[in-house]
Amino acid sequence: MAEKVLMKGNEAIAEAAIRAGCRHYFGYPITPQTEVAAYMAKRMPKIGGCFLQAESEIAAINMVYGVAGAGKRVMTSSSSPGISLKSEGLSYLAGSDLPAFVVNVQRGGPGLGGIQPSQSDYFQATKGGGHGDYKMIVLAPASVQEMASLTIKGFDLADKYRMTAMILADGTMGQMMEPVELGDVEVKEYDKSWAVTGTKCQRPHNIVNSLSLVPEELEQLNFARYERYKAVEENEVMYESYLMDDAEICVVAFGISARVSKNAINEARKQGIKVGMIRPITLWPFPKAPLLAAADHCRTFISVEMNMGQMIEDIELAIRCRRPVTLCNRVGGMIPAPEQVLEAIQKANEGGQA
Amino acid sequence: MVVFQKPKSLCDVPLHYCPGCTHGIIHRLVAEAIDELGIEGETIGVAPVGCAVMAYNYFNCDMVEAAHGRAPAVATGIKRADPSKIVFSYQGDGDLASIGTAETVHSATRNENITVIFVNNAIYGMTGGQMAPTTLPGQVTQTSPYGRDVKHCGYPVKISEMLSQLEGPEYIERVAVNNVKNIRNAKKAIKKAFQNQIDGKGFSLIEVISSCPTNWGLSPEKALQWLEENMIPNYPLGVYKDRSAEKEAAAK
Repeated sequence: MAEKVLMKGNEAIAEAAIRAGCRHYFGYPITPQTEVAAYMAKRMPKIGGCFLQAESEIAAINMVYGVAGAGKRVMTSSSSPGISLKSEGLSYLAGSDLPAFVVNVQRGGPGLGGIQPSQSDYFQATKGGGHGDYKMIVLAPASVQEMASLTIKGFDLADKYRMTAMILADGTMGQMMEPVELGDVEVKEYDKSWAVTGTKCQRPHNIVNSLSLVPEELEQLNFARYERYKAVEENEVMYESYLMDDAEICVVAFGISARVSKNAINEARKQGIKVGMIRPITLWPFPKAPLLAAADHCRTFISVEMNMGQMIEDIELAIRCRRPVTLCNRVGGMIPAPEQVLEAIQKANEGGQA
Repeated sequence: MVVFQKPKSLCDVPLHYCPGCTHGIIHRLVAEAIDELGIEGETIGVAPVGCAVMAYNYFNCDMVEAAHGRAPAVATGIKRADPSKIVFSYQGDGDLASIGTAETVHSATRNENITVIFVNNAIYGMTGGQMAPTTLPGQVTQTSPYGRDVKHCGYPVKISEMLSQLEGPEYIERVAVNNVKNIRNAKKAIKKAFQNQIDGKGFSLIEVISSCPTNWGLSPEKALQWLEENMIPNYPLGVYKDRSAEKEAAAK
């Protein structure tokens, strides 16, 4: 029987990671995600795990690279400026096909920006961030419960596809407290015969590496990696569909923006407006198919996001620009109010057939 | 009777290093130490970015290739993942003393139980001979064509002196591979650095003063002579820190 406890989102991630079998955490303090590190610092020594405060974000992600190379579950967490520093390491993890779990509790940017919630690292998370062709599985929780469940899922997906899974949350998700159910997690075993565990003089040496100087070979490595990414796109898309059956207007939002949008949609429904929402839970792979299907019966789309319009591009691509998509946003640490989203819905409704 | 053979811990493949480069000697010393301690099957090496980037093809143990300068952080992760393994990094001067200075200093101050082999030849070899953090004052390189001007770009970083000021590290020694006597000393130091890790004593770094005939523009023989006349006076050889020996001395 799973117990129900009141927890901060950041703490829920930490506890869920431990239950998912993660015994190695490396991080560097940065607001608004430091509770993850604080939780790990308390718990890891009690359960035979390793919490280590690294000298920098760069060192932390490279410690992650070391543990992942040795075949063990490992994570780091940070917030936007710290993720920029980790991006070199994220590229190397991808190039060496290592599984890792990374958390970004976003704050407003660019630069040092602010410490209030934001969703402005959408491009960085879903389009790369580091150099080279690579993808990460990007998970966008919209509740403390999902902070926990998507963490568990993230570790599993990382191992299954030998890639980085990232939680893309925001300051609100990290800081808010909600009841969360934490059960025991069945930790699946994956083949890690590629890991550096010592040859015992009984097998050829394993090499964890992203260097390949022969272009024909490097091309094949990229092709093979993208075959794996294709499988992720085919099998791992997650989204929530809310009141979409008869919807004529489709709101698309993730994380805290989706929570706000839900309130606005409920209010609009009371006013007789046929509006629904598709909430991507995986930002990569992006729920392209359900959005394209929605374009059959929705005459217009509204992208609600806390940035200057990043996910909106993926919506336009997903629906192949068949319908207009408008942006409803706040930035710099501001969160859209339900009234603002409601107004955008009303405006779309008055617009009639696009 | 076999009197000389390739160490088991070296793969039977040709090395890519330039003629006269001392990386071959240093690889061999590391491999001999691993063989003699019987730890090949439990050892994991971390290769740098620089001339030794492909060291993962040469050492017969499990190997990881790290991003530029990050080898001590990667080694930290590997060691923390399984402390029973023997973990070493093999890094050049640009990697360890410039872009990776923070990782070097902090793994040392944590007394991370790893072994670091630091090859100092005062130049970036792989990219074709640019000024390194350890390039000597006045030394001509591609990016210091008029000689290293210390007023403009500062002085060489002396890693062994610097790290020996920290409380953390167990063992810091500077050796050279320019003649038989020094090579034998280097071997002793490297073996001790691995033994320290086996004994759980912590961070050991061996700085190996090395040559770069190609980018110094000298014959292999002249390069070793230049090393002796210029490098060693600037980078004095010797033990800079040996915490266990200090403790023993204090106990007497």
